[in-house]
Formats: sequence, structure tokens, C-alpha cells
Amino acid sequence: MSNTSFDPRIRRANLDRASGFGALHTNEHWEPYAVFHQDKRGEQHVFVGTIHAPDAELALLFAKEQYGRRKKTVSIWVVRSADIFSFNHEDEDMFATVPEKTYREASGYPVRKRINKYLHDLEESKK
Amino acid sequence: MSEAIKELLYKIADSELVIGHRGSEWTGLGPILEEDIAFSSIAQDQLGHALANYTILNTEFGEATPDALAYTRKETDYKCCQFVELPIGEYDFSLMRHFLFDHSESLRYEMLMSSSFGPLAALAKKIKGELKYHILHADLWIQKLGNGTEESHARMQTALNEAMPYALGIFEPGKYEEELISSGVFAGEKKLQELWLERITNVLDKAHLSMPDISKIEPKFGGRNGFHTEYLQPMLDELSEVYNFEPTATW
Repeated sequence: MSNTSFDPRIRRANLDRASGFGALHTNEHWEPYAVFHQDKRGEQHVFVGTIHAPDAELALLFAKEQYGRRKKTVSIWVVRSADIFSFNHEDEDMFATVPEKTYREASGYPVRKRINKYLHDLEESKK
Repeated sequence: MSEAIKELLYKIADSELVIGHRGSEWTGLGPILEEDIAFSSIAQDQLGHALANYTILNTEFGEATPDALAYTRKETDYKCCQFVELPIGEYDFSLMRHFLFDHSESLRYEMLMSSSFGPLAALAKKIKGELKYHILHADLWIQKLGNGTEESHARMQTALNEAMPYALGIFEPGKYEEELISSGVFAGEKKLQELWLERITNVLDKAHLSMPDISKIEPKFGGRNGFHTEYLQPMLDELSEVYNFEPTATW
């Protein structure tokens, strides 16, 4: 069945299901790569998502398009997802803290506010 | 002098407009999602370069507005090389054309960075990063597919052989070559071709593709003087279809 799209590009492509268009062939099962994005020199590379690619070079190329196109980017890393070592989710309980020990959580220290206030006061005192 | 610079600007702008449009024809049809996006991004960059050159023509030489230049001229007024007019064909051909044409464009702007004509020198510096990426993209694919399977190698070699007569047509000398060279505006098509041959041969070697014997090839000249292939006019009709519905519309 030929495609009678209004889009001339689609018409030109002459898509034909019977010819096996869209079927997967060997080498089409690419590996996932994890993508890390850096928006400013000196900042950390932050995990932003994954990409499928046949090798690292093309993974970088694809990642540039997928993750570097819409926002400020100075660098991108890709790592084969298979090379990332991780804990299993069923071991999540290892990370749990009993309720009495919340003081261990860094978020327990609302110190940022105090630092900002100190900096602000410092600025004020200079005026 | 201004005639010489104008012709150079038209040659650059028209080729970028046409190859940019051809590249955009892959949008939605690329072999894989990211490649589809990459080809579309590159096409968008090239349309941007065309716009920048048309803008120089408009502001420095009083030519029509960029939109009018892109959409309303006669086919014979276009100064693009015939290479960029050819239909996109299959992805092997489009990639090979991207590789051959973009190397010439990247080198052309590299030469123009030291041009005595300020606006072109400034533009060349501004778009350096975009061109670097186009070349990275092209070189990588040429090497991956040249060194891929037997089929991918054969297809890339065939694409190279078919593209070469047209690719050589990029460097069709114009009537102002001497003037452009002596005034330091642009070092000329001949010099550009020399540099280009060196660059592409280097990559083709790495891709294990063999460079055709160009001494036996007759370049497809004509485009730079307004003689085009049968493919340009239908493409221009499509390209300007929306514009011509309502030429005075503002967007």
C-alpha cells in the first residue's frame, strides 16, 4: 500500500509496508548509553537520560543532538549503561534511617539560609 | 569590486539555501531518531547561513530583502552549484553529499576568516563552531559506514563515485576570480579545491573508500552561471509555495 500523505516528503519516500519497511535487522539492537550533561565549566556533569547507539562515538553524536541542543551546554559525557555498577532496589532498606536519627541527614541542617543571611549582612555592613 | 563580492555572496547563499532545503527533506524520515534530528539541525544551520549571506547582500549592497531573494528570483538567477540540487536519493547519497559539500563550505569559511571584506570575515568567525560540528558528523558517518559491513562499504563507494563529478562542480570558477584574489576578499575556487581534496582524501583513506581518479572526471559545471539541473525548479516551487500564497504576510 502506498502512502498518500499530504506531506511531499512522505510521498517521495514511497513507504511500502510489504517491502519490510520498519522491520528490525541485525545491528539494529543498539546498546544504551547514559548521558551526562555539563552546562558550565567547573560544574558537575549531571545525568540527564539515556541514548541508544552502536558505539561510544556515535553515542556522543546522538547525545549532542538529544541533550545539547535545547539548553546551554559546554560538555557531554556518555557511559555505556552496562558499565555502571549499582545497588539493587530491593536493598533500599540499607539506606533507611530510623526516625530518631534524622539528624544524620544533611538536609536536617538548614544552614544555607544562615550563610546567605551572613553574606547579606556582610554586604550591608560594607555599604 | 562590489559585483565580484555580490557574486561570491550569491554563490554561497544559494548553495546553502538549496542544500539546507534538501537536508530538511529528511526531517521525519531519517534512519533513526537522533540522526533525523542531526540532519535537520544541520539543515537549519545551513538555512541560517544562507540568511546571513542574503542579509549582507541586502544591507551592504542594497539587494532585495532576504525573503525576496530566497523565494522570488528566477531559477536562472540562482548561483548554486548543481550538486546541491540533486534529489536526496537514499541516505548513503545524502550523507556522501553532506560530507563532500560541507567540507568545501567549512574550508571556504575558513579561508574567508581572513577576508578583506569585513562582513564575510565576521560571519565566518561566528559560524565556526557550527561548521566544526557538521564536519564531525559527516566524517564520523563516512568512517563508520566505510568501515562497516560489505554492503555499507559498497553503498558508500557507489555514492562517492556518483557524487564526484557534481562535487567537483562546486569549484566552478566565476568571472571575478582574479579580482577576488587580488583584493584579498577570497583566495579563489582553485585554491579551495586543492585544500578540499587534501581534507576529504584524508578522511576517505580512513574510511577505506577509494578516491576516484578526478583527472578523468569532467566536473558538472554550469550552476554558478545559472544553468541548473531539472531538479532545481520543482524544488524552488515547493520551497516558495507558502511564501507565494501571501508574499506580504508577516510572520
